[in-house]
Amino acid sequence: MTVMPAEGIFSLMWLLIALPLAGAAILLFTGRRSNSWGPYLGVLTVTASAVLGVLMLINMMDLPAEERTISQVAYQWVFVGDFSVDLAFQLDQLSMVFVLLITIVGALIHIYSLGYMSHDPDRRKFFGYLNLFVAAMLLLVLANNYLLLYVGWEGVGLASYLLISFWQYKPSAAAAGKKAFIINRVGDVGLSLAIMLMFVTFGSVNFSDVFGSATNASEGTLTALGLLLLLAAAGKSAQFPLQAWLLDAMEGPTPVSALIHAATMVTAGVYLIARSNVIYNNAEIAATVVVIVALITVFMGAIIGSAKDDIKKALAGSTMSQIGYMMLAVGLGPIGYVFAIFHLLTHGVFKAGLFLGAGSVMHGMNDDVNMRRYGALRGVMVITFITFMAGYLAIIGIPPFSGFWSKDEIIHAAFEQNLFIGLAAVAAAGITGFYMTRMIAMTFFGKKRWEDDVHPHESPKVMTIPLIVLALGSTFLGMALLFWGDIESWLEPVVGFESEPTPLPSSVYIVFTLVVVIIGAIIGWISYGRREVPEVAPAGNWLTRAARKDLYGDAVNHALVVAPTNYAARLLVWFDNKAVDGFVNGSAAVVGGLSGRMRRTQSGFIRTYALSMVGGAVLVIAALVLVRI
Amino acid sequence: MNPTNYVILASVLFSIGAIGVLVRRNAIIVFMSVELMLNAANLAFVAFARMNGNLDGQTVAFFVMVVAAAEVVVGLAIIVTVFRTRQSASIDEPNLLKY
Repeated sequence: MTVMPAEGIFSLMWLLIALPLAGAAILLFTGRRSNSWGPYLGVLTVTASAVLGVLMLINMMDLPAEERTISQVAYQWVFVGDFSVDLAFQLDQLSMVFVLLITIVGALIHIYSLGYMSHDPDRRKFFGYLNLFVAAMLLLVLANNYLLLYVGWEGVGLASYLLISFWQYKPSAAAAGKKAFIINRVGDVGLSLAIMLMFVTFGSVNFSDVFGSATNASEGTLTALGLLLLLAAAGKSAQFPLQAWLLDAMEGPTPVSALIHAATMVTAGVYLIARSNVIYNNAEIAATVVVIVALITVFMGAIIGSAKDDIKKALAGSTMSQIGYMMLAVGLGPIGYVFAIFHLLTHGVFKAGLFLGAGSVMHGMNDDVNMRRYGALRGVMVITFITFMAGYLAIIGIPPFSGFWSKDEIIHAAFEQNLFIGLAAVAAAGITGFYMTRMIAMTFFGKKRWEDDVHPHESPKVMTIPLIVLALGSTFLGMALLFWGDIESWLEPVVGFESEPTPLPSSVYIVFTLVVVIIGAIIGWISYGRREVPEVAPAGNWLTRAARKDLYGDAVNHALVVAPTNYAARLLVWFDNKAVDGFVNGSAAVVGGLSGRMRRTQSGFIRTYALSMVGGAVLVIAALVLVRI
Repeated sequence: MNPTNYVILASVLFSIGAIGVLVRRNAIIVFMSVELMLNAANLAFVAFARMNGNLDGQTVAFFVMVVAAAEVVVGLAIIVTVFRTRQSASIDEPNLLKY
């Protein structure tokens, strides 16, 4: 693959990042002066980046496929002997679709936030953080080497932390931000170790050098790289065993959940693995581990999503599960990379729509998130209801909505690989049908279960218009990308694509999946749509109780990490108090005691001193004489 | 005369001086004993200079005399000052500087 220098519109590549970064700097550094116009500036910078991204896409489509990898060096960053790392960007087909997802969905969510955050006294800061996030995320996907990617990786982690704990006066929000930050650190260790290993093995951290010489490295090295990158991806994408932070991250404002914890940042792990496809193609064990992690997460997320009464946490469980699908697809290798990115794009749009819809519901319900106190909202929130239904049909995968095309391709790829993986993917799709039906039944159908002082109302236009745009995306994006955009051949030069025959024709799998999904949806409807929803959650069976507690994710973390750390800390404190302090204080006491006794020799009598001088002199002379003899 | 006799004399004088310093309480006497020790040392220097046939010892003896003169000035001044404040020339009485 040849890397082309940036010319024409592509020479403005740096502006994609610089615009939101400048927006963040202005909003955060000018202080209260920009309170009135700041939020609009924040919307403007991201929208400008989105327009720039679309122009670049149009230009890129005119280029022949082998000239679509465009690189721009902005600054020579690290330069030591033979080793150099540049602040350089690389725009190719993979980064292009990410840029569009981030900037367009980002711009819509910025616009939505104008309405959602209109009463918040700190909304200037909120837009500053959002802009910072967009800049960091664009840096992550545009970097041409792992070190610069790492900068973006940490940047989105920082923005995520700041935004989860945006309402930091709530102790739960502050704790959730810390939790997300700390669990992400665990994953980041994986990424930094992977970068060091790349430096040792290949002498470079540039994508082109690493992938060019990856086949020369031993399989053990590549497996280690693959597992370390998977650890990083698991942290950022809330995959098992680092999944516990995502549910708490819902403490942040809803637009944050939509942008960061559904559409973009949490998919960075999928990007990382798809970008490093050369490594995984040559490390079978690492790819298998990816599949195992993904399958566990798919089910964990789905089960948690089925039990939560908090609408945002139910959606968060669903996000975990859907990202699990993407991880599953990237774990399958070249038959799955393209569809992972495809599902990532459609999911980014419909899940953002669902989250913003949930935000719109909360906006009308005095920020109540408990679905047991919703019910019958379809009459009072017509636009929210219709757009939410578009997202609903997309996520459970009903044709022709966008989720159908992408999820069906992943399930098909899973069957190409292995019958068991395929069946597991279909079963999880069935659970998706169940929990999403449960969500809409509890929210929009059934009887009113509102609190007395709640007067639900439709949200203002500034919030409903992004919802409508995202609903249109949820409906048509899948078809557009598959048939008009030809996503397979678009991404094939970057991530590779191959297809294997399946024992049965594709239509059988499609019908089978649809039947399972519809059965799941019907069970959900019978349990929550036809039947009365009790306002106090019933005790439920053991699985429900476990799922309400996030499948004991926190308990496991506590038992495996927090409690041993506390115990070790207490042990060290004891050691410090008894052993270290004991030694230091003990020697001080010995010296002090000795000095106290020796002090008594200072009697103040001059003749005593004189006697000791004479005695000393006699001793010295005697010693000298004795030695000579 | 055998120069060794001078060294023996110097040793005797030094011992007398040292014992005087240790056993006497009157500051003036102690002071004189110190002078005796210094001059015993001078005598030894001069005797060794004679034995070695050079002038190094003689030079040092002059040096010691000069330093001793200076020391007498400072020492007597201290003794006089102490006597004025305490009405006593005993060296056992000023013993405030202790533990």
